[in-house]
Amino acid sequence: MVSLLDIIGPVMVGPSSSHTAGACRIALVARALCCGTPERARIELHGSFARTGKGHGTDRALVGGLLGFAPDDARLRASLELAAGLGLLATIETTRLRGAHHPNTARLTLERAGRSVQLVGSSLGGGRIAVTEIDGFALDLSGAYDTLIVEARDAPGVVAAVTAELAAAKVNVAGMRVSRHRKGGDAIHVYELDAPADEAALASIRALAAVAFLRVVPRVD
Amino acid sequence: MYDSLAEAVAHAEAAQCSLGELALEAETRDGRRTRAEVEEALLRALNVMRGSVARGLVGDVRSVSGLVGGDAAKVAAAGERARAGSASAAPPTHGLLAGTVFGDALARAIAVQEINAAMGVIVAAPTAGGAGVLPGVLLAVGDRVGADDAQLVRGLAAAGLVGAVIAQRASLSGAEAGCQAETGAAASMAAAAAVEVLGGTARQQATASALALQGTLGLVCDPLGGLVEVPCVFRNATGAAIALAGVELALAGVTFAIPADEVIDAMGEIGRTMDARYRETAGGGLAATPTGRRLARERLSIGMGKGGGNR
Repeated sequence: MVSLLDIIGPVMVGPSSSHTAGACRIALVARALCCGTPERARIELHGSFARTGKGHGTDRALVGGLLGFAPDDARLRASLELAAGLGLLATIETTRLRGAHHPNTARLTLERAGRSVQLVGSSLGGGRIAVTEIDGFALDLSGAYDTLIVEARDAPGVVAAVTAELAAAKVNVAGMRVSRHRKGGDAIHVYELDAPADEAALASIRALAAVAFLRVVPRVD
Repeated sequence: MYDSLAEAVAHAEAAQCSLGELALEAETRDGRRTRAEVEEALLRALNVMRGSVARGLVGDVRSVSGLVGGDAAKVAAAGERARAGSASAAPPTHGLLAGTVFGDALARAIAVQEINAAMGVIVAAPTAGGAGVLPGVLLAVGDRVGADDAQLVRGLAAAGLVGAVIAQRASLSGAEAGCQAETGAAASMAAAAAVEVLGGTARQQATASALALQGTLGLVCDPLGGLVEVPCVFRNATGAAIALAGVELALAGVTFAIPADEVIDAMGEIGRTMDARYRETAGGGLAATPTGRRLARERLSIGMGKGGGNR
């Protein structure tokens, strides 16, 4: 169903919905995984991002997203100059990622408060994105939903236990995916939710014995 | 939203309303948003458009490469000279349409696109690359007739309806279907918006949209270096010109033999068979000219180098 507001909109910082708005949204997801502005960020641009990223301001959009600027925030243009003052030291380079990736792809390696997180995200056009990898785990996260990312022991019943807590909080699961490196090791669950889970539900999930950590990625508009 | 302009015109005629009014009603039918919420969102878009135009007309903004910027101010200054009546200068410093709604639309379309190229805030309508055409035409026409916000919001709604039909029947992506799907679609949308503000009928709106889109069929997307700068800024100006041509013809009572829906279908068909060189890849057209290649190499800094840190 096409809405008028899909056609007359979004309000965004130019020049390209895929190279600026999409890049900004990838970085906003990465920032949410960090729980705030990272202290250090290594930004690697792949494909078309590497070739035309500078001219399109992809570098500025990514750094701006890491600083928490939305795709329609006029400060995106000045993000590289603002970063140091806001506590972010970012390096930007081009790369050729191994494996099959969308042409508009970036890998972000972030550090904050002694923890690091790595994310691979692609800009699919029109500002839509897909985060395809977090800390080496393959996944598919659109940022269009309130999302829960759970790292847990790969064991029977863990998914059921998590979804039972969501059900008790009356939160509907719009989509989910589970992936793992090896059987019986660590698994990553991604739950895309129709509404954010409340603190009580998050605490119950965190308290599950099999759950190592939990991240909330708020919907990125 | 509608996927046929013929159906939309039939409904508008039955309800004795414009396409803009019909679109506002249709948008609230699924119950996700109230009429007031839709109008508020469109008013916000309208105000962002006004802001981009105002910022761009100042003329002090340059794109990331420095290749575009400052031309909206030149066109606006020519309009001021024409209004002041300095027609006797030789060589002439403005054309016969400077200071008219035509010149105003060109200046505003360029202004928005210059702001887009400089990483300013714009409304993608329907896309960032074609974002200048609709505000250029709508605000120039609206200023000329003293339209109020409610009229301009209905104009945006009419434009949105046309864009939604194009999105569903063809494409709104230069990478998929060339510039006909970006500035061409924007011209078609802008024509419907302008007829709305001028008080034309729903049928005239669809005719103006068809006439504008037929004038851009086959238009390729060939930006230098793959960046939204050259020719995008200028193609928004010519898109606005084509939209105004459609408006003039439709309001004069001209009709077009091919129905609007079929013109849109033809645009989709041309887009699907368009060579990849002409779909935003910088592999053909102006991007592949000797000068286009040289400028891309020299000015658009393809590739970003290693390392860097905060710059």
